[in-house]
Amino acid sequence: MSTFPYFPHTEEDIRQMLDRIGVKSLDDLYADVPADFLYKGEYDLPDAKSEHEVRALFEALAAKNTKQTVFAGAGSYDHYTPAIVPYLLSRSEFLTAYTPYQCEISQGTLRYIFEYQSMICTLTGLDVSNASMYDGPTAAAEAMRMMVACAKKKNTVLVSASLLPQVKDVVRTYAKYYGTTLKEIPVVDGQTSFLSMKELLEQGDVAGAIIPSVNRFGIVENLSGFAAELHLSGALLALYCDPSALGVLKTPAELDADIAVGDGQSLGIPMSFGGPSVGFMACRKEHMRKLPGRIVGQTVDADGKRAFVLTLQAREQHIRREKATSNICSNESLMALFVTIYLSVMGPQGLREVNEKCYSGSHYLYNELLKTGKFEAVFPDKPFLKEFVLKPLVDLDALRRRLQEAGFFAALPTEEGYASFCVTEKRSKEEIDALVAIVKEG
Amino acid sequence: MSKIEKGLLYSESHEWVKVEGNVAVIGVSDFAQAEMGDITYVDMPDEGDEVTKGEDFGALESVKASSELYSPVSGKVVEVNSELEDAPELINEDAYAAWIIKVEMSDTAELDELLDAAAYEAIAK
Amino acid sequence: MKYYDRLIFELSKKGRTAYTLPESGCPAESIPAGLQRAQAPGLPEVSEVDVARHYTNLSQMNFGVDTGFYPLGSCTMKYNPKINEEIAAMPAFQGLHPLQDESTVQGALEVYYEMDKALASITGMKHFTLNPCAGAHGELTGLMIMRSYHMHRGDLARTKVIVPDSAHGTNPASAAVCGLEIVEVKSGANGLVDVESLKPLLGPDIAGIMMTNPNTLGLFEKDIKEIAALVHECGGLLYYDGANMNPLLGMVRPGDMGFDIMHLNLHKTFSTPHGGGGPGSGPVGVAERLVEFLPVPRVEKLEDGSFHVVRNCETSAGQVSAFMGNFGVILRAYAYILMLGKQHIKMAGKLATLSANYIKECLKDAYKLPIESVCKHEFVFDGLIDDGSSTGKPGATTLDVAKRLLDYGFHAPTIYFPLLFHQALMIEPTETESKETLDLFIEVMHEIAREAAEDPDILHGAPHLTPISRPDETTAARNPILKFE
Repeated sequence: MSTFPYFPHTEEDIRQMLDRIGVKSLDDLYADVPADFLYKGEYDLPDAKSEHEVRALFEALAAKNTKQTVFAGAGSYDHYTPAIVPYLLSRSEFLTAYTPYQCEISQGTLRYIFEYQSMICTLTGLDVSNASMYDGPTAAAEAMRMMVACAKKKNTVLVSASLLPQVKDVVRTYAKYYGTTLKEIPVVDGQTSFLSMKELLEQGDVAGAIIPSVNRFGIVENLSGFAAELHLSGALLALYCDPSALGVLKTPAELDADIAVGDGQSLGIPMSFGGPSVGFMACRKEHMRKLPGRIVGQTVDADGKRAFVLTLQAREQHIRREKATSNICSNESLMALFVTIYLSVMGPQGLREVNEKCYSGSHYLYNELLKTGKFEAVFPDKPFLKEFVLKPLVDLDALRRRLQEAGFFAALPTEEGYASFCVTEKRSKEEIDALVAIVKEG
Repeated sequence: MSKIEKGLLYSESHEWVKVEGNVAVIGVSDFAQAEMGDITYVDMPDEGDEVTKGEDFGALESVKASSELYSPVSGKVVEVNSELEDAPELINEDAYAAWIIKVEMSDTAELDELLDAAAYEAIAK
Repeated sequence: MKYYDRLIFELSKKGRTAYTLPESGCPAESIPAGLQRAQAPGLPEVSEVDVARHYTNLSQMNFGVDTGFYPLGSCTMKYNPKINEEIAAMPAFQGLHPLQDESTVQGALEVYYEMDKALASITGMKHFTLNPCAGAHGELTGLMIMRSYHMHRGDLARTKVIVPDSAHGTNPASAAVCGLEIVEVKSGANGLVDVESLKPLLGPDIAGIMMTNPNTLGLFEKDIKEIAALVHECGGLLYYDGANMNPLLGMVRPGDMGFDIMHLNLHKTFSTPHGGGGPGSGPVGVAERLVEFLPVPRVEKLEDGSFHVVRNCETSAGQVSAFMGNFGVILRAYAYILMLGKQHIKMAGKLATLSANYIKECLKDAYKLPIESVCKHEFVFDGLIDDGSSTGKPGATTLDVAKRLLDYGFHAPTIYFPLLFHQALMIEPTETESKETLDLFIEVMHEIAREAAEDPDILHGAPHLTPISRPDETTAARNPILKFE
C-alpha cells in the first residue's frame, strides 16, 4: 500500500522537499507536538479499499434500504427532478469551488446566487433574500433571532403549534440557549388561533411570530388580519412557507409578512434521507441590515462591466465576530444553484402545473380514502394543496405496516394520531388506486 | 495627517463631542474616518434610545470592516442625522460637519473625562 | 476564462418552456381562487437549451479545485474524489424519505453508525452527531452541548467562553448565538495562546475555551496539555475547532489532547466538495461524559444487529437541523474514509504538513515570515519584503499579490486573516498537490514579488486576465442592488 490516487508525492519528491525544509523525516515536522500526543495505535478503520471495492460496499449498503413509493411529506417531498438540474450541478467549476470571496474568478457562483435571490424575492414578494441557509428549520430559528434583534428590547417570540415538529424543535433549541422566551399559539380547528395570538400579544414583550402558510396538517392557513394584529403591537410576522406552493398561493408580501423562511427541498431536490436541502430567508428592505448570511449584490468592475460581489459583509461573522447577525458561514450554495436551475426549467407555468397536479391527485386520494370507510375527515372545510390528514378508524400502526409491506410510505402518524398523506405530481392514478386497494383490504 | 478640530471634546475611541447647552452633538474624528476608508453604512440608534458612556450606540461599516461607535456621554438620543442613512460618505467628506447623534446629557460631569483637541492629537496617530 | 454577461431572466421569452410533467389520470380539480396569488411569479420562461448554455457559460467564469491550485488558508481545498459523487447520487440513497420506517432504511442508518465509529477512532472522541450542516453549525451545536452539561449539573453561572484573538470569526459568533459572553485571550509573540494571560481569566463563570489546534497561524499549540489541565481544574470544558484538523489526520487525536467537544468539517478534512459555499457537514464529537447531551435524532445499534433511531432523550441538547443533517455529504465523506482506510490515513496529515513547510521555506526570501517556526498545514506571511514603495509609487499590498495570482491561473490565498498581522497572507496547500504544482506556485510567487519591487502598479491593476477586473464594492454596499428588476 504505497501509492494512493489522491497523494501525488513520490518518495523522491518527499526526500527533496524534506531536504529543502532542512529536516530528516516527515515525523520531524511534528517535533513541536508533545510526544505523548502522537498517536501510536492503529485506527479502528477498515483496510484501505480500491474504488471497485468501495462501490461494491455501497451497493451492499444500498441493498439494505427498501424502495418505497412515497405518499407522505412532513417536510420532505418527493417532487420531480428535471434531468438537467443534477447534470449541471455536477460541473466541477460549480461543485469544487469555494465561497466566492475572490469575485474576479467566481462570477459564475455570484451570478447564480443573484438569480437565486431574485427568484426567492419573486416567489415571496419580499424585497431582499440572502444567499441561503442550512435548511427550513434553522432558517426559522434565525428568523426568531432576527425578530428579537429588530425589536431591540423585546424578547418573546410566538410560535404556532401548527408548524412542523422539526421546525418547532429546532426553534426551541436555538431559543433555549440564545435566551429567547417562546410562547406557543395553539391550533384551533386545524389552524393557528387568531384569538390566542391576540391574547399572547396582550401579555406584551412580543418581538414577532412564526406561523406557517401551509401547516403540518397540509392546510393552507387563513392568515388575513394576522400581520395587522402583530404590527399593532410592534411585532413582526415571519411566515414559514413551502416555496413550491408559493408558485400559486398568496405570497408572504400579500399577507403583509415581514420575513419569509422555509425549506427549498420541495423545489425538486431529492429527499436524500433529509439532506442536503436548502433553507431560504427573505425580508422587507427596512430589515435588510439584520438579515443573517451572505448576500450578493450587483455592481460594475473597474472597466464598467456588470459584476457581482458579496456585499453588506459587515453583518457577517468574519468581520463582525460576536456582534454578527449570525454565526453562519458555509451555507447550502450548491443547493441554491439546484433551486435556481429548477425554477428556470419549470418557469411560472411549470410551477403552477406542479401545484395543480398535486392538488388534483391529493384530492382524489382524499376522497377515495374517505370512501373506504377506514378514515373520517378531521378538517372537512379547510383547504389543502398536496398534504392532508385523516382520522383513522382502524389501527393506524397496523395499516401503516401493511402499506409499507406493499411498498408504500404513507399514513404517517401525527402527534394527534391522525394519518398524514401527501401526493406530488409524481404519483399516478394507478399508484393512488393501488394504495387505496391496500387500505380497503384491511 | 488627520484634521483635529479645535474647541471640540474627544474620546479615546475617536468620537468627538460638541456641547450645545445640555445637548452633546456626537460624531467621529477625521482620524477615525480615514482609518475606516470608504464608509458604506452608519448603524444608528433610534430617537428616544438611551445611551451610556463607554457603551456602543451603533457602528460604522466599510466594505471589509466594521467599527463600533462608543458613546462619550450618557443620556437620551434626541436626534439622529438621517442624512447619513442614504449618504454615509458625508462622514468621509467632512467628519466634523457630519454629526451622527445628539444626546440630551444626564450627567454633564462626564464631559470632564473627555480630551481636548491638544490631548487628542497625542493619541490620534 | 471568458466574460459572459447574461442573467437567466434576460433570456426569457413568453411561452417558452423547458419542462415536461406526467399526466396523473386523476380528475382535474382547480385550486380555489381565494387562495391564489394575484400575479404569477416573475420566473424566467426558457428552453432546456437556454438553461444548459446559460449555466455552462456561468460555470466557465468560475475557478474550482478541478480547475487549478487553490491554496486558500484555513479552507483545506483538497481534491474532491469522483467516486464520492457517484455514491451520493445512488438512487437507493437519494430516494429515501427521512421519516421512512427504520426497517426500510437500514443501509442509510448503517452509514451513520459506521461514520460515527470511524470519526470517533480518528479523533479519540467517544461519539459523534452527524446532524450539523456546516462547521459553524457544528460549533454552535458543540457549545449547546457544553452549556447543557453545565446546566444539567446546576452550574448555571458558567456563561462565558474564552476565545483566542486568532480564532476563526465563527467562534465568537457561534458563542454569541449560543447565549455566551466572549472573553478574548491574547496570543503571545510566538503566535500561541499565552498561558499566563489565560490564567486570570479562568474562574467559576467560565463554561469553557474554544481552541483551534494547530491555530490559524498553522502553529501547534504546544502548551495544550497545561491549558487543558487549567481549564478542567476551573470546571470548564475544552472545545476543539476542527477547521484545522487536516495536518493532524492520522497523527494526533484531539481527544488525546484533552478536548471534550469538537467539530469536524467534512468539506475540509474529509474531501467533500465545497459547492461554492456549501453544502458542508459539521459532525460534533464528544468525550464519554458528554454523550448524553448529543442532539437527537441519533442512530444506535441494537443487540440484534439492526439500527435504530433515538428521537427522544431527556438530557439531549436538542434538535439542531431538520432531520439528520446533510446525508449526501456524509455518504461522500464515508466513501473517502473507506478509500483511505487505516493505512493511507497515516500519510494524509503528514503530506499536508510537508507541502506547507516546503512552500514556506521556498518563499520566505520574498515574503515576510513573522514567526519562524515549523508550521502544520498552513502558515501566514505578513506581506511582501519589498513592496516596491522605494520606486516612489504606493507599495503593493497583500490584496494586490492575491489579485495578481489570479492572472497566473492560481486561486488566491486567504488574505487579511488572521487579524494579528496587517498584511496577512495565509497559504494552505493540502496533501493532494504535486511537487510540480507547488514549484510552479513558488515560481509565480517569486515573479510577483519581482514585479512588485520593480513596478508595483502591475499589481495594483491586477487582475488583468479574469472575466472581470476589480469591482466597485463600495457602491455595491452603499446602494445595494440585490435582485433582478
